[in-house]
Amino acid sequence: MKYQRDPVRIRKVLGDKVQFIQGDMAVAYGGLVAGVSFFGGYPITPASEVAEGMARLLPRVGGTFIQMEDEIGSIAAVIGAAWGGVKAMTATSGPGFSLMMENYGYAIMTETPCVIANVQRTGPSTGQPTLGAQGDMMQVRWGSHGDMEAIALAPSTVQECLDMTIEAINLSERYRHPVCVMTDGEIGHLREKLVIPDEDEIELVERRTPKLPPGEFLPFAPSQIDGSKVPDFAAFGTGYHTYVTGLTHNEKGFPRTDKQPDHERLVMRIIEKITDDRKRFVNIEEVMMDDAEVAFVTYGASARPARSAVMDARKAGIKAGMLRLKTVWPFPRDEIMAVSKKVERIIVPEMNLGQIYHPIREYTDQACEVVMAPKIGGEMHLPHELAEYLGVRT
Amino acid sequence: MTITIIEDWCKGCELCINRCPTSSLEKSKDLNKKGVYPPRLKEENECNFCRLCELICPDFAITVTQEAGEERVQKQKLILGGVAR
Amino acid sequence: MSEMIDANEIRRKYLRDGMLPTIFCNGCGHGNAIDYTFWAIEELGINMDDVALASGIGCSSRIPGYINADGLHTTHGRALAFATGIKAANPDMHVIVFTGDGDCTGIGGNHFIHAARRNIDMTVILLNNFIYGMTGGQLAPTAPKGSIATTAPYGNIEQPFNISELATALGAAYVARWPIFYPYQPIKSIKEGIQTPGFALIELMSPCPTAYGRRNKLGEIDQLWAWYEQNTILIEDYEKTMRYGTEEEKAAVKEKFLIGIFQKAEKPGFFEAYDRMVKKLMANDDAKWGGGGAE
Repeated sequence: MKYQRDPVRIRKVLGDKVQFIQGDMAVAYGGLVAGVSFFGGYPITPASEVAEGMARLLPRVGGTFIQMEDEIGSIAAVIGAAWGGVKAMTATSGPGFSLMMENYGYAIMTETPCVIANVQRTGPSTGQPTLGAQGDMMQVRWGSHGDMEAIALAPSTVQECLDMTIEAINLSERYRHPVCVMTDGEIGHLREKLVIPDEDEIELVERRTPKLPPGEFLPFAPSQIDGSKVPDFAAFGTGYHTYVTGLTHNEKGFPRTDKQPDHERLVMRIIEKITDDRKRFVNIEEVMMDDAEVAFVTYGASARPARSAVMDARKAGIKAGMLRLKTVWPFPRDEIMAVSKKVERIIVPEMNLGQIYHPIREYTDQACEVVMAPKIGGEMHLPHELAEYLGVRT
Repeated sequence: MTITIIEDWCKGCELCINRCPTSSLEKSKDLNKKGVYPPRLKEENECNFCRLCELICPDFAITVTQEAGEERVQKQKLILGGVAR
Repeated sequence: MSEMIDANEIRRKYLRDGMLPTIFCNGCGHGNAIDYTFWAIEELGINMDDVALASGIGCSSRIPGYINADGLHTTHGRALAFATGIKAANPDMHVIVFTGDGDCTGIGGNHFIHAARRNIDMTVILLNNFIYGMTGGQLAPTAPKGSIATTAPYGNIEQPFNISELATALGAAYVARWPIFYPYQPIKSIKEGIQTPGFALIELMSPCPTAYGRRNKLGEIDQLWAWYEQNTILIEDYEKTMRYGTEEEKAAVKEKFLIGIFQKAEKPGFFEAYDRMVKKLMANDDAKWGGGGAE
């Protein structure tokens, strides 16, 4: 039966407004609140709880959960469901995320709205399955083959796991592009206070459907409603007989693989529909940055100890601050450039050997010193470890 | 009975010619864009409107049309199965 | 004589204009699979607005491009997984998948096995031509022993898949295999497949003169088509021969491909059963976690 989002039923199924719950479950809650009605997933530590949550919750609101045979099948089913006309998502961790790369690129090329939650764990390879890391931050940007943009959000609290899943669904609907919620094993398995937003506290975005009738409508051209680079979306079963292919295609969707301009026009539009809106994507939190002389630039789990380190440093009379990236991709270039002109030193705590460190360095353009603060092995930085980077003697 | 051919779609596989149960088809004389000779009805033919050529043409190039009022000729040979209605 | 639709009408109704002629080589059977599907849909009286196609990568997977319906031309081997999602989101649609022997049982084997096991509601039209044609003639997992291919230049030593027997063992609701040269049985099986709730596999043995025929002394189109006539046998005839035939007759049929209907089971598709569970759960709202068994 076709899914009809019923906010009253969703709230009843989710239970109390305030709960003490895991980040993974908050991702599942966020999906439901946002109107996701299809989840295809596959068990993987530390993301299985998202699938388990969806397996219990979705059928009770009229949605569909299916445990596919592998992660490739999971993202494939999600994309199929999106073309069937619904909001769809999946959740996985490093190894599964690597398996999803080809279809992640397919979703980008076919401009399919969908969300992937990546509960990152220590890699490479099987690594430390139960322990969190931030080692997939470049993979989400460059992991699939070819030229493309990425949209990736990085929650650092259980509340943000819910809020950012809703935002991810909205962004994927608005830009017709897969959006990744880059959480990790620490946030995923951490229990914290969660407040479920009421219906009037949230704004939901739906993909735009065509006004023109079939025959005149161009499924892969800039919108014929207002010229936006995000085409209007004709779901399957609405009489538009849309042809969708991962091959380079023209505005009608027909394969056009031999002419250079055809490819450039398509790929540039798919990229520019995001980069044109770079300003709108910027989503950062500033902590004591007004008079900061040294600052952390970080995201996700690493922002938690960094926040404590800033407090310790301030107590020790050091003018420290933190810039937290809530949206990591598209990269907030201008904001980083501005910080580099204000502070002497930028420190980049990451649970990897330096990944977002590189675009940060690139866009400081040597205006200030940029220092890596790596930590791997499945343990988060301790506040005092980070405070030392700020010059606090412990 | 007439056979109309979409010239540019025919790729010259000649399956229609070889498999016509009453061998009523032959190669035409004029080359098409693909450099092959599309089929045509023989002068003398016993085409009985079985439309097998239409069905097994891999390229949708053949249309068998029955002139109005033409009585359908009884098939000599039975073809395996039949189009269930 | 009842009113029979003519070929122009079929073309107008079902072909996607602007995309013809097809990219298929002359003598390739894939074009026929399209035509037979049109006739099956025409005879079932299905509205093309309710048809969703999916395909992977390969010659056969280009078929949705020529059909005037919603179509998802996906990644290699994954058509069945994509189709699962389409069906989940829009259960009223007839989901028809076009795939090849390499696409479906080579790289896509895992999805094929599970979609059949779960009896996901879709009609899979698998074009088996014993070769990876699109990429120039590499060995397919279905190629008979001794077949020559660009990656088996000295003859295939591998034991090939028997796709229809495999699907039958997996519990698919409907399984049939037909060669492509006679139109009526494939049309009938595609109709039955579409009408089957659950997983329906129609394996069409489709000749590939260019990549397979040429390298295996069957380069002449009609010679390759004739090879299929000589190397296939109806299941019923096979069983009769094995029971009553002489030793020579038995030996003669032993190597042949069985054609016909392998399985026709009445069982609910995955999403039909899932939908029943959803209705039950939503009926008693305060069902605690667990909410009782699915049945």
